[in-house]
Amino acid sequence: MFLKMVFKALTRRKGKHLMIAFTVALGVSLATAMLGVMFDVGDKVNQELKSYGANLNVVPRGSSLVGEKYGFAEGESDAASSNYIKEDELYKIKMIFWAYNIVGFAPYLKTEVEFLGKTAGVAESAGASPSGEFPEFSAADGRILRPRSGLGREGSEDAERAERAGHGERAGHGDRAGRAESAASGLSGEPGAFPGEGGVVLTGTWFNKTLKLPTGEEVEAGMLPLKSWWLIEGEGASDLDAHGALVGRDLAERLGIRPGDSFKIRSAKGGEFTLQARGVFSAGADEDDQIFCPLALAQKAAGLPGLVERVEVSALTTPENELSRRAAKNPDSLSQLEKDTWYCTAYISSIAYQIEEVLPGVRVKAVTRVSESEGPILVKTQLVIILLTALTLFSSALAVSNLVTAGVMERSAEIGLLKALGATDLAVSALVLTETLTVSLFGGFFGYLAGLGFARFIGLSVFGETVEVRLMVIPLSLVMVVLVVLLGSLPALRALLRLKPAEVLRGR
Amino acid sequence: MSNLMEIENVSKIYGPLKALSGVTLSVPQGQWLAVMGPSGSGKSTLMNIIGCLDTPSSGEVFLDGVRLSELSPGELTAIRREAVGLIFQQFHLISHLTALENVMAAQFYHSMVDEREASEALEGVGLAERAGHLPSQLSGGEQQRVCIARALINHPKLILADEPTGNLDELNEKLVMDILHKLHREGATIVVVTHAPEVAAHAGRVIVLEHGRLVSDSVGEAPSGGAGEGEGEGADDPKADFSEADGEAAVLNRPGEEGLEKNTDFSPEEIRARS
Ligand SMILES: Nc1ncnc2c1ncn2[C@@H]1O[C@H](COP(=O)(O)OP(=O)(O)O)[C@@H](O)[C@H]1O
Ligand SMILES: [Mg+2]
Repeated sequence: MFLKMVFKALTRRKGKHLMIAFTVALGVSLATAMLGVMFDVGDKVNQELKSYGANLNVVPRGSSLVGEKYGFAEGESDAASSNYIKEDELYKIKMIFWAYNIVGFAPYLKTEVEFLGKTAGVAESAGASPSGEFPEFSAADGRILRPRSGLGREGSEDAERAERAGHGERAGHGDRAGRAESAASGLSGEPGAFPGEGGVVLTGTWFNKTLKLPTGEEVEAGMLPLKSWWLIEGEGASDLDAHGALVGRDLAERLGIRPGDSFKIRSAKGGEFTLQARGVFSAGADEDDQIFCPLALAQKAAGLPGLVERVEVSALTTPENELSRRAAKNPDSLSQLEKDTWYCTAYISSIAYQIEEVLPGVRVKAVTRVSESEGPILVKTQLVIILLTALTLFSSALAVSNLVTAGVMERSAEIGLLKALGATDLAVSALVLTETLTVSLFGGFFGYLAGLGFARFIGLSVFGETVEVRLMVIPLSLVMVVLVVLLGSLPALRALLRLKPAEVLRGR
Repeated sequence: MSNLMEIENVSKIYGPLKALSGVTLSVPQGQWLAVMGPSGSGKSTLMNIIGCLDTPSSGEVFLDGVRLSELSPGELTAIRREAVGLIFQQFHLISHLTALENVMAAQFYHSMVDEREASEALEGVGLAERAGHLPSQLSGGEQQRVCIARALINHPKLILADEPTGNLDELNEKLVMDILHKLHREGATIVVVTHAPEVAAHAGRVIVLEHGRLVSDSVGEAPSGGAGEGEGEGADDPKADFSEADGEAAVLNRPGEEGLEKNTDFSPEEIRARS
């Protein structure tokens, strides 16, 4: 009977209820659009900020200076870990607690090879290169020691560490920056370190790889998504092309390599290889002096099958706070509760910790500058959106409030009558609330659909791509509708409770 | 028989206005009481207080021995729900519910919805065929009969009708009065507010209010058609403070109460003159 009364009231008083539904729909559509954009904006802004580099560097424990830094006995750390990470374990990065926050990752293996020269006739554009098969290059034009801006991120600390690690230490040692710096110094500062004048750095990586997890899920990984700002001239490389390579712009210029050219290299351990330049890239950093090739080829050249020496991981993270900083220093200093909180929050340090858990023998270092700049921008953007959403909802609540109160006043005779017949205040309130909620949910549903459209529109006009509204927005919208209705109905309920049947029913 | 209702020195004050002042009245079980008086004399106010829709500013009301002033609003609601059937001049039906649904709504708040019982109630007021009609599709008399069917659905001991025939033509008035007679025969206590002497004439006892005061209380003949109601000469002891005639009429006569008249012989003409 209750439902029948609600239903009858709804169907027989369509106009008033449609107004309520419309108001709620309007509010919810705006709120849905804004929340939808907000969640996605988080990702979009994050992704755009990602272009400044990865968040995390995964290196073998043995290769970093952990032992020294954390006061382990040197023998201990050396014995416990190798200098490399196993390639076939990398998928585990996508299986940590915060796996969904890992937006990308790519392994690297660097090795020095000797450039033997371009091979004639193989490449389409071979004839187009007037510089000949043995382009001139010299220490003067190729090995100018330039400031490695992209590498000096950690500043003096790295320089210091590189120094401690020993001048001229080979690539593959030290953490990323330290190692790169030492590699750089190896390239430039120590003529004796290379077999010949044709010595270049060959870096193996995944360009764009689809991994299959043991769960059957497929995930994308690889370097190219992480280096979205690289300008690549040529068709670009693929992991499927075992000999396709990307050549850094500076090196390509020096060696006279054009996209499409084939060239030969030789490594001390792997012999000779023929590569084809599928593209020449400009990274604006030290990579411009390197050749990137499929990981397997670099492993062969380096004589390190199945191994990588470094992994870059890009993750969506929560801004650091006091807890995360303490955890980063020493996870064991936290109480169990704090530790749980920390572990279950996407701090850069907890993600790093979780990667260390699944890949024993690695040390994960945060490249904090990036995520620190991401956090505040995102938080501010989201705060603005949340405020706007709250305002929107508040105004719909006001509008709903007017409508519902007007409805209660209009129906005061009916309500007074129900009370006179013995309905309790609670029963009458439940009736009015159920009615209002039903129409509002109905309105909210259409509002949600409209909101999806708005979000799409906003995404297209602001970001130039569609905004995918998360499923999570559905329960949120639901909660919003209920909140708006409850809030909006409060004044009406108050009026309703005050209605005295005797006065309402007084002959008028 | 005990009194179903005792009203002791009840006043209701609205600002400077005394809608009721010092009304004392007792109504035995099974009595049919008519309340008359000019407009604004406090008739509806008295009904609302009896029907637990309103509370007096001072004085006490007992229903079935229960002192209403001691009850919480929730308990008053419960009494209203359990013991009182209300019939209004304006019918007050829910416009978007059919006749049957209006009756069932009352059932819903009273106890359990029982469509068969609701249909029977409509049948009882001669509206079986109009059960599916909306109030707007019913005539005034039919609406009032729906209202009565609704008031009866919880089998109230006390039926309060505030000018139930005020908006009805003679034919419908007769139909409604017939129903009231039937209820009275079945033992219900009925209080009817009316302007119309011919409606009041159906009652076994008539009181008259003027400016919130009880100015007349008279026990008439047995309600016409009210078979089996050995209407006693309730007023046979005018000196009694409180005469509880065995059976029906109890008449109040407070010595010294100003303006209180006692008419043992109730005459419609006289009442008309007073109104
Ligand atoms: N809620 C109220 N506020 C102020 N005055 C009221 C209220 N209810 C009734 N009154 C006044 O009390 C007096 C008695 O009213 P009422 O009992 O409705 O009279 P009746 O039903 O006999 O016509 C009237 O003068 C009326 O204006
Ligand atoms: Mg009145």
